[in-house]
Amino acid sequence: MAKQVIKVEHLEKYYQKDHILHDINFSIDQGEVVALLGPSGSGKSTLIRCLNGLEPYQNGTVSFNGDQVVPTEKNWQKLRQKIGMVFQSYDLFPNLTVLDNILLGPVKVQKQSRETAKAAAEKLLDQVGLREYENVYPRQLSGGQKQRIAIVRALALNPELMLFDEVTASLDPEMVRGVLNIISKLAQDSDMTMIVVTHEMNFAQQIADRVLFLEDGKILEQTKGDQFFKQPQTDRAKEFLESMDF
Amino acid sequence: MAHSGINVLFEGRNLIRLFGGLWTTVEIAAVALVLGLILGVILGVLRTFPNRLLRLVLRLYLEFFRIVPTVVLLFLFYYILPKQLGVNLPANQVATLVFALWTAAEMSDIVRGALISVPKHQRESGMAIGLNRLQLYRYVLIPQAVSLELPATINLVTRVIKTTSLLMLISVMDVINVGQQVVEANNQKYPTGVFWVYGIIFVMYFAIDYPLSWWAKRMDKKRLERANG
Ligand SMILES: Nc1ncnc2c1ncn2[C@@H]1O[C@H](COP(=O)(O)OP(=O)(O)OP(=O)(O)O)[C@@H](O)[C@H]1O
Ligand SMILES: [Mg+2]
Repeated sequence: MAKQVIKVEHLEKYYQKDHILHDINFSIDQGEVVALLGPSGSGKSTLIRCLNGLEPYQNGTVSFNGDQVVPTEKNWQKLRQKIGMVFQSYDLFPNLTVLDNILLGPVKVQKQSRETAKAAAEKLLDQVGLREYENVYPRQLSGGQKQRIAIVRALALNPELMLFDEVTASLDPEMVRGVLNIISKLAQDSDMTMIVVTHEMNFAQQIADRVLFLEDGKILEQTKGDQFFKQPQTDRAKEFLESMDF
Repeated sequence: MAHSGINVLFEGRNLIRLFGGLWTTVEIAAVALVLGLILGVILGVLRTFPNRLLRLVLRLYLEFFRIVPTVVLLFLFYYILPKQLGVNLPANQVATLVFALWTAAEMSDIVRGALISVPKHQRESGMAIGLNRLQLYRYVLIPQAVSLELPATINLVTRVIKTTSLLMLISVMDVINVGQQVVEANNQKYPTGVFWVYGIIFVMYFAIDYPLSWWAKRMDKKRLERANG
């Protein structure tokens, strides 16, 4: 039986008085790719931000590799090297070169030697076709290139779980394909466990082993990927897919 | 004109004395700036921490040094505090201390402002790769804040240097004080000497401060150009 990487039980999240997430329960096995879908404002970002402690939650638990996380800043900070996250805004550190952006985590957080980390980073850069940009500063890159580097920066820590929050939403259309291909390749060629928030339905259908459909902060359905897109179980999900022109 | 006023500068050791005074001024300003800027960065970082009490205390510190005029601060530290506390520091050290504390206060505000204007996403991306708070500041926030705050810092430096002209008030042998003595001693022989002495002091201050403020302006312009693409 596959190992359970992350498990969420009875998670509740409030912003002041606003109840944002309601009794969230799910778990993800190693190697599984889960697409987190739902209309704008349904709480997708908030939910995945709770999974690496960027957002505090008021009730419920998150367990990682079977251990319940005691939600202190220090514990989350340690866990974040195992839970990579890539955001919608490509936010490389503008004060560092591409290579130094990637090496910051491995060298400063994980205390790897610069040589070891550099060799690994260059291999990853090769895989995303950006090896020749390693000494360039982020402002000299296109949005798509920045986002690919941001993915490499997260992967360089050798995470066990990757969280992607609409990583192509602010890219020019012609840049989207390249970034999505990298995520697809990661899903196919490695055993990476991933949660992907996206509004690219074709992409979600192609990579998702399972879909979590979120609305108004509740998980309305959890369905196998191929089934969700053919035959969603709830009317709301059906309407959602129609609204996405799918 | 046998007694042209400019000769007052070349009479005896006058010019050397003026430069000696300038040196005292520069020394006080330099030491105060180095100490003040370092302390200011630390205080500025602390002012972005969530602890409310800490932020309040540091805010009061800033407001105190900002509201109380520098003249009053100098008098306070030189004449009043020693009587109350029984510490007697030489005037030069009192001056250095006052200027350092004042610089630190102003600098803390510049640093805080720059740090909070680094986009929130930068902080979160840093956290997302597992940086702890110290590393986040060291590698991500402070380097980005520095480029934002450099022009304001240089302007602060020029202000501090200008304000050193108040040092004579607590009998530091700074360039202004020396200048006054030279004027008084030579008043009989060179009635117009006063213009020349203060003229050269003006040139001295100008020579130090103008390049700095030119540099700050140029950097600000460049930054705006870069921000506007
Ligand atoms: N910092 C915040 N303070 C208060 N409310 C917030 C905050 N961030 C998000 N919310 C609210 O929480 C709800 C969920 O937001 P969230 O960003 O998680 O949605 P989402 O599903 O990611 O939407 P989108 O598809 O637009 O990214 C929204 O109603 C939003 O207004
Ligand atoms: Mg979102």
